[in-house]
Amino acid sequence: MTDKKKTVLVTGAAGSLAKRVIARLHGRYHVIAVDFRRKVETEPDIPSYKIEIHKRGFEDVFRRHKIDAVLHIGRIFPHEHDRTRRYNANVLGSKKLFELCRKYGVAQVIVHSTYYVYGASAYNPALLDEDAPLKASEVTQDLVDSVELENLAQIYLWKAPELNITILRPCNVLGPGVRNTMSVLLMRPLVPVLVGFSPMMQCLHVDDMADALVAAFEQNKPGIYNVAPDDYVTYQTMVEQSGCRKLPVPSVPPMLPKMISSALNWGSFFPPYLVNYFKYPVIIDGRLFRQTFGWTPRRSLNDIFSYYRKHKLLPH
Amino acid sequence: MQAFEKVKALSRLASRESLYRQIVTPDVEDQISRMPKPVGSYGYDAWGYNENAAKLGLGVVKLLYEKYFRVVAHGIENIPTQGRALFIANHSGQLPMDGVLIGGAMALNPHGPRAPRAMVDRFFPTVPWLGSVMTGIGAVIGDPLNCVKMLEQDEAIIVFPEGVRGSGKLYRKRYQLQRFGNGFMHLAMQTGAPIVPVGVVGCEETMPSFANIAPLAKLLGLPYVPFGPLLPLPARVYLNFGEPICFDNTATSEEAVTERVELIKDKIRELMARGLAERKSVF
Repeated sequence: MTDKKKTVLVTGAAGSLAKRVIARLHGRYHVIAVDFRRKVETEPDIPSYKIEIHKRGFEDVFRRHKIDAVLHIGRIFPHEHDRTRRYNANVLGSKKLFELCRKYGVAQVIVHSTYYVYGASAYNPALLDEDAPLKASEVTQDLVDSVELENLAQIYLWKAPELNITILRPCNVLGPGVRNTMSVLLMRPLVPVLVGFSPMMQCLHVDDMADALVAAFEQNKPGIYNVAPDDYVTYQTMVEQSGCRKLPVPSVPPMLPKMISSALNWGSFFPPYLVNYFKYPVIIDGRLFRQTFGWTPRRSLNDIFSYYRKHKLLPH
Repeated sequence: MQAFEKVKALSRLASRESLYRQIVTPDVEDQISRMPKPVGSYGYDAWGYNENAAKLGLGVVKLLYEKYFRVVAHGIENIPTQGRALFIANHSGQLPMDGVLIGGAMALNPHGPRAPRAMVDRFFPTVPWLGSVMTGIGAVIGDPLNCVKMLEQDEAIIVFPEGVRGSGKLYRKRYQLQRFGNGFMHLAMQTGAPIVPVGVVGCEETMPSFANIAPLAKLLGLPYVPFGPLLPLPARVYLNFGEPICFDNTATSEEAVTERVELIKDKIRELMARGLAERKSVF
């Protein structure tokens, strides 16, 4: 009997989210793991490559395997590399990826974006829909690559309908092993907060996000979706509940917190270009995704925060 | 004078806990718990309303409502106890005390309390603390998307269609309705939310403004700076809630919408006249 299992390429395989996605797909699909950081060791039957997707060698992966779907999770975080390198990897790399997908007849692409693309501004209404303008690049040059990746994906969404692109914009994804800015921040014992500001936030456990990615892949309903629970908490409550002590940072004049962040080299957890996200809310409406895919998060906010609380009790 | 005694009594209290208990009485807690208002696992909703902040806010508003402005409210049985609603009122008094007191009447309504939501100016979130406090007790920036989504989730929203035209007007123009925006009518028609007209009497006298210091307002980036008392005076306030009015989606032109807005304005004028007739003394 011929093998009917689909072959799925997962980028960013060394990350906490991708590892969970791979674990869920393993067995039911042929999984191929790709990461630019290191060759990931997972199951023996999962081919794994250390490769940068904007480099030429990436095409060999497509030549070697007949790939049916791509879960594009991998992204270089701002604190990992400089702006040019990040732009090359995130924007040019994704463009390369889309082109390869067209060339090799990939039938489905899931793009893991972020709620940061909406931009944090005092004028944001709450519960932003998917068609709200993406204003992040108005706020800072450092988020240009996130917005451009989105724009690029949206161009391919209509230019190459055969790719069945699904763009997911999750809120803060948190939990064990997650290395994004917010997670690195909550790991710390002492956390900066802007005096007089405590915007609303939404958080998602990394396991729920992995479920969401798998649901989006298996049900294949192309489009753009916010991924967020119907539960909300202020930033300062989140900091307290994660067992962090608060370090008050003066918020007036508006340039001051950015200067403090640069001067103290807080790039990995409270970077100057994200300061506005700690000041103004970016609350997204996750109804469309929840209804379309029949998905609801199974872990509560307290489940998420308790991980950070417990993490602080461990001896280091 | 009752209010002054109360403040004196409050200042003597040693611990914050007992001060809190003085403000957030069991009555207040009971009213909050009876509100049909869904919140998340930490007591917040998407717009930042927070139960604990609302308790404290209602406690303070209750003192203002009962002791300082000695509000007389008629027609509170017209406040829907469930479901979406728009409360449309005349705006006056420089500071939005009218909004606070209408909110007070809604939250303290013995027939069934509602968590009042108010649309506020877009500059509030940029002010440290003030933004967080206002958000916590139920204010949101006046964006149509906010309003639509809140009505869809069956919130009760206070809107002053006059905006700063009403609140910033001078004392000599008191009790004259300024131009109404049509936005609220479109929202009501779109979401099927009933409109409850409210006539407010007394707030004009809380902060009579004799001139607008325009250059200073421009310098501070504020819509207006009144020349008059610095804090609200303890004028008696009369609120008259009219019967809820529903509008269908049949108005096809902006003219037809304006006609409906005029209808609401007439209702509010009528309710204001009722309050003015009832009032025996300003203070």
